[in-house]
Amino acid sequence: MPADVHNSPAGSPADSPGVPAAVAALAALETEPGVAKPDPILVADKVSRTFGGLVAVDVDHFEVQRGTITALIGPNGAGKTTFFNLLTGFDRADSGTRTFNGRSLKRISAAKVARMGMVRTFQLTKVLSKLTVLENMRLGAPKQSGERFWVGPFRFLWDGQEKENTERARELLARFKLDAKESDFAGELSGGQRKLLEMARSLMVEPELVMLDEPMAGVNPALKQSLLDHVRSLRDEGRTVLFVEHDMDMVRDISDWVVVMAQGRIIAEGPPDTVMADRRVIDAYLGAHHDTDITELDEETIASEAEAEIAAERLDEGREQA
Amino acid sequence: MDLLTTPLHDMFGPVTLSYVFLAMGLNIHYGYTGLLNFGQAAFAAVGAYTLAVSVASFDIPFVLAILLGVLAAVLLGLLMGIPTLRLRADYLAIVTIAVAESCRLIFSTQWKSHFHARDGVRGFVGGFRDLNPLPDYEGRVLSYNRNDLWVMIVGWALVALVCLLVWLLMRSPWGRVLKGIREDENAVRSLGKNVYSYKMQALVFGGVIGAFGGFIGALGNASVVPDDYNTDVTFVALTMLILGGAARVMSPVVGAMLFWGLFSFMGVLLDDVMSSNQITMIRWILVGVALMLLMIFRPQGIFGDKKELALDAR
Amino acid sequence: MSTGPHDPPRPGLPSGPRRRGVIAALLSALLVGLLVSLASPAQASDTPDGNVVRGVLQNTADNNAPVEGVTITVTSQDGQEYADTSDAAGEFLIEVPGEGGPVTIELDMDTLPEGVTLREEGQNVRKVVLLPNQEMPVLFAMGPDTRDVETKWDRLPGLVYSGLLFGLVLSLAALGLSMIFGTTGLTNFAHGELVGLGALLAYFLSVPMGIPFLLAVPLVVVIAMALGWAQDRGLWRPLRRRGTSLIAMMIITIGMQLALRYLYQFLTDGQRLNYQDYLTPPPHDFFGLFTYTSRDIAIIVVSVLVVVGVILALSFTRLGRATRAVSDNPALAASTGINVDRVISVVWIIGAGLAALSGVFLGFVQGVTYDIGQLVLLLLFAAVVAGGLGSVWGALIGSLLIGVLLDVSTLFVDAEVKNAGALLLLVLILLIRPQGLLGRKERIG
Repeated sequence: MPADVHNSPAGSPADSPGVPAAVAALAALETEPGVAKPDPILVADKVSRTFGGLVAVDVDHFEVQRGTITALIGPNGAGKTTFFNLLTGFDRADSGTRTFNGRSLKRISAAKVARMGMVRTFQLTKVLSKLTVLENMRLGAPKQSGERFWVGPFRFLWDGQEKENTERARELLARFKLDAKESDFAGELSGGQRKLLEMARSLMVEPELVMLDEPMAGVNPALKQSLLDHVRSLRDEGRTVLFVEHDMDMVRDISDWVVVMAQGRIIAEGPPDTVMADRRVIDAYLGAHHDTDITELDEETIASEAEAEIAAERLDEGREQA
Repeated sequence: MDLLTTPLHDMFGPVTLSYVFLAMGLNIHYGYTGLLNFGQAAFAAVGAYTLAVSVASFDIPFVLAILLGVLAAVLLGLLMGIPTLRLRADYLAIVTIAVAESCRLIFSTQWKSHFHARDGVRGFVGGFRDLNPLPDYEGRVLSYNRNDLWVMIVGWALVALVCLLVWLLMRSPWGRVLKGIREDENAVRSLGKNVYSYKMQALVFGGVIGAFGGFIGALGNASVVPDDYNTDVTFVALTMLILGGAARVMSPVVGAMLFWGLFSFMGVLLDDVMSSNQITMIRWILVGVALMLLMIFRPQGIFGDKKELALDAR
Repeated sequence: MSTGPHDPPRPGLPSGPRRRGVIAALLSALLVGLLVSLASPAQASDTPDGNVVRGVLQNTADNNAPVEGVTITVTSQDGQEYADTSDAAGEFLIEVPGEGGPVTIELDMDTLPEGVTLREEGQNVRKVVLLPNQEMPVLFAMGPDTRDVETKWDRLPGLVYSGLLFGLVLSLAALGLSMIFGTTGLTNFAHGELVGLGALLAYFLSVPMGIPFLLAVPLVVVIAMALGWAQDRGLWRPLRRRGTSLIAMMIITIGMQLALRYLYQFLTDGQRLNYQDYLTPPPHDFFGLFTYTSRDIAIIVVSVLVVVGVILALSFTRLGRATRAVSDNPALAASTGINVDRVISVVWIIGAGLAALSGVFLGFVQGVTYDIGQLVLLLLFAAVVAGGLGSVWGALIGSLLIGVLLDVSTLFVDAEVKNAGALLLLVLILLIRPQGLLGRKERIG
C-alpha cells in the first residue's frame, strides 16, 4: 500500500487531502476481480444471497477505494441492486462479512448503517410525496433532539437545531437548483427533480460514502449533465461515491474505477477504459442480449429481486424443456 | 323536533366522546404513521377493564387505577407491535384484529369472579363521581343528567388536551419522522432513523389515547361489558376518522360528531317505519357501505383537499 | 362504545347474498336479498319429529351398577318441562317435541339414592342446544373417576380427528384467501363473508326453496364463483387500475365485511338456522378410537378432491403456472405476455367458490349464522400466516395445524376460549418464523 494514501485521514471526508492521490493510487492496481485497494472505505468478503435456491449474489471479495467514484455495472439480472441492498443492510446476506471504515456491519440495521455514514438512494426514487421538499430535507438531518417523543412537544427545545438544519437544507437545495420548490410537495416534482431531491436529502445525513442506485434512470437528458456534475462535486468535497448505472456514457465520464457483475459475481474490475475493452465484460453483456428488451421496462417496474426471479423462471422453463 | 334534539344530544354525549378518543388514536396510527390497527377496541377494552376491575375487585384508588389502565394499554401495544412491526403492514392488521377478538373472548369467558362474563363489571365509578363539583340536581340540564355532564366536562377537556398534544407533536421533528414512515418507511430508514422504534411509539401512543376512550366509555356507562368492545367498534372509529379526513388534528373530533349526528338522525327518522332491531342493522349496513365509498371516492375525507388526493394517485 | 344509539346485534341466522362492485354489488345483493326475504316464511312450515335426550346412569363407586329412580327434567326454551325417571337398567329417555333449540337438562339431586353422588358438584344441570331431530346422549358421571388419566387421553384421537376434519374444511377457504393474497397482495378481511355466503345460500336454496341438498351445493358454489368474478371485475380491478394502495383496499374490505355481515343479519333476522338434510347422521365407531359419520366421509372426500385438484392445477396447467408467475412477480409476468387481469379474475372465481364450499360444510358444524364469517376469519388468518402467506401448501398445512391445535387444546383449556389459541399460534409464528412454515423469506427492504 502506498504510504501517501495510507496517511489520508480516515473518517473525516471534508479534509481528505486529495482526490488525485486516492484516484492515482488506483492506477497502480492489478485489474483483476476482487483486487485489494490501498485505502478501502468499504470491504465485502464472501457475501452471498440466494432466493429460493437461486444464487442472486455470490461476491468473493469487493473493496471500494476511499475518495473515489466507483461504478458498479453489469447486465440485467446481475444482482447489482441485491448487492447494494446487502451492503446497506436493507437485505440480509446468507453469509459473508462487510466492514465500513474498518467496523464490522454484521447484524447492523439499515438505519444504523446510514448513521455510520453510508447512505444510499433507490432505483425507484423514494421521495416522501406528502411532505414538502424542505421537510424531506430536514428529515435527513442526523441527531435531532426533537425527534424524541418527550422533547417533540416543546418547540423551544429543538427550535435552534431546526434553524441550523433548515439553513443547511436551503444551501443544499440551492446547490441542486431546487430552492424555488422548497414549499412544494415532493410528490409534485418531476422524475429528474426527485432524483436530485433524493441525492440532496442523502447529503443531509452527512455521509462519507454515498451509494446511488441508478441515478440516471428516468432522468430527462437536459438534467443529466448537471447530475453528473453533482456526483463529481461529491467526490471533490471528499466523499466516496459508489453507484449502479446502466448509462455507459455516464460510467465512462465520471467513474474512477469500474466493477462489473454478472450472474451474481464480480467478473472484472479496473479503470473504465480497460474494463470496457475487457473480453469477459463484452461477453457478459452480449450473452445477456435477450435482457436488453426488458431493460427499459425494468427501470420503471421491476423491483430488485426480479433479477433472481427471471432466472428462476428460466430455470423452470429449462427444466421443462429438457 | 326529536329529529334535531336527539342527534344533538348524542353528538356531545359520553358515547361519542369515547369514540372521539378511539378515532384520535387511530389518527396517530393510520393518519400519521400509516399503521393499520384493526384492534383499537382492544385498547379501549383493556383500559376499561383494568380501571373497572382494579376498583371493583381490588379497591385500588381511582387515579391509580387509571394509571394501571394506561400501563395495560402500553403493554398491549408492545404485544401487538413486537411480532409485527418489522413485517409488512398486513401483519399488524391481522394481529390487531385477532388480539381484539381474543380480548373480548377472554373478558367474556375467563376469570368470571372479576370480569363477570357478559354481565360485565360494575361498581367502580364511585371514586370518579365523588370528584364531581357540579351542584346536586335531579333531572336533566341541557338534556344530560348530572353524571353524564361530569363525564362530558372531563372528557371534552381531555379531548382538547390530546388535540393540543397531537398538534404540538405533529409539527415537531418527531411527527415528521412518522409522516415520513407513512409515505415510505425504507426512505426514512435510509436516512438513519430507527423506523421500528418510531412505529412502536406511534402504536403505543395511539393505543393509550384509545384506552382513554375506554375509560370515558366505562365511566359514562358505569359498566364495562365485553360486547361493547367488539371489532365493529374499531371499524366505526375508522369510518369516523376517514369521514373527518385522516392526518388532521381535528378530524377525529369532527368525524365522530358528524357520524353520531347522522347515525342518531337516521335512527329517529326510521323509528316509525321499522323495529329498533332492524334500524340497528340497516344503520350498520350503511356504515360499511359508507366506509367503502369513502375509501373509494373520498379517501382524503369530506373536507380533504384535492391536491393531496392527486399526490396519492401518482 | 356501548349502549348508545348503536347496540350491535348479535345472534344469527342465515341466508343470503354477497358482495362485489359498487353498483353491481348493491344490485345483486338487493336481488338475492329479495329472494331470501320472499322465501324465508317457508321455513316455519317443516314438521320435525322432535328430539330425544337419553342416557344411562351408572355408579362407578359400585362397580358401574345402574342407578334407578332418578328424575331427569328437560326444560325447553319456552318453559315446557319434560321428564323421565331412570329404570332398572339406569336408562332414561325423554322426548322433546319441537324443532330443538337451547334446553336445560337437570338431574334432580333429591332423587339420587343414598350414598350415590355426582362426580362433580354442580354437574347436575346442563345447558345444551338441540338440533332438529337430534338424539342427544347425556352423561351424568357418578362415583369416583376410575379412569382418571385415561379419560383425558382417550379423548385425544377423537379431538385429533375432529380437528383434522375442521382444518380440512377451513383449508378450502384458506386456499382462496392465500391465492388472492399471492396474486394481488390484498389481505381480504371480507373473506369470511364469502364463507358465510356459502352457508347461507346452502340453507336458503335447500330449505325454503326446497332444492335437494346435493343439488344445492354445486349451485351454491357456482353462484359464489359468479359473485367472486363480479367482485373482482366491478370493484378490485378498477381500483387496481387507479393505483389504489393496498392499505386503502384493506380498509375497503373491512367496510365490505361490516356491510355484508349486517346484511346477512338483516336477512336472517339474526336467527341461527339449520339445514334439514344430513343434520344428524348416525355415528360409526372407528376401532374404538373415535366416531365418524357418513357425512364426515363425504365432506372429507369432497374437500380432499377439491384441495388436491386446485393444488395440482396450479402446478400442471398453463393457467396454474401463469397464476404462480403472477404471484412471484406481476410486472414480470405481464412483460412475458401473461394476462394478469385474467389470472386474477380466475383466482377470485376459484377463491370465492372454495370459500363458499367451506361455508356449506361449516354450516353443519357451527349452524348457519350470519356471523360465521367473522368467527372463522381469525382462524383463517392464523392458518394462512402459519402456513406462509401466499403459499398454497402452506394454507392447507396451516389449516390442518390450526384445526388440530384448537380441538386438542380443549383438553387443557375451556372450549370457549379455544379460538384464542389461534392468536397465540399467530404471534408465536410471527416471532419465530414470520414467513410461515412454507412461506418464502421476506426481504427487509
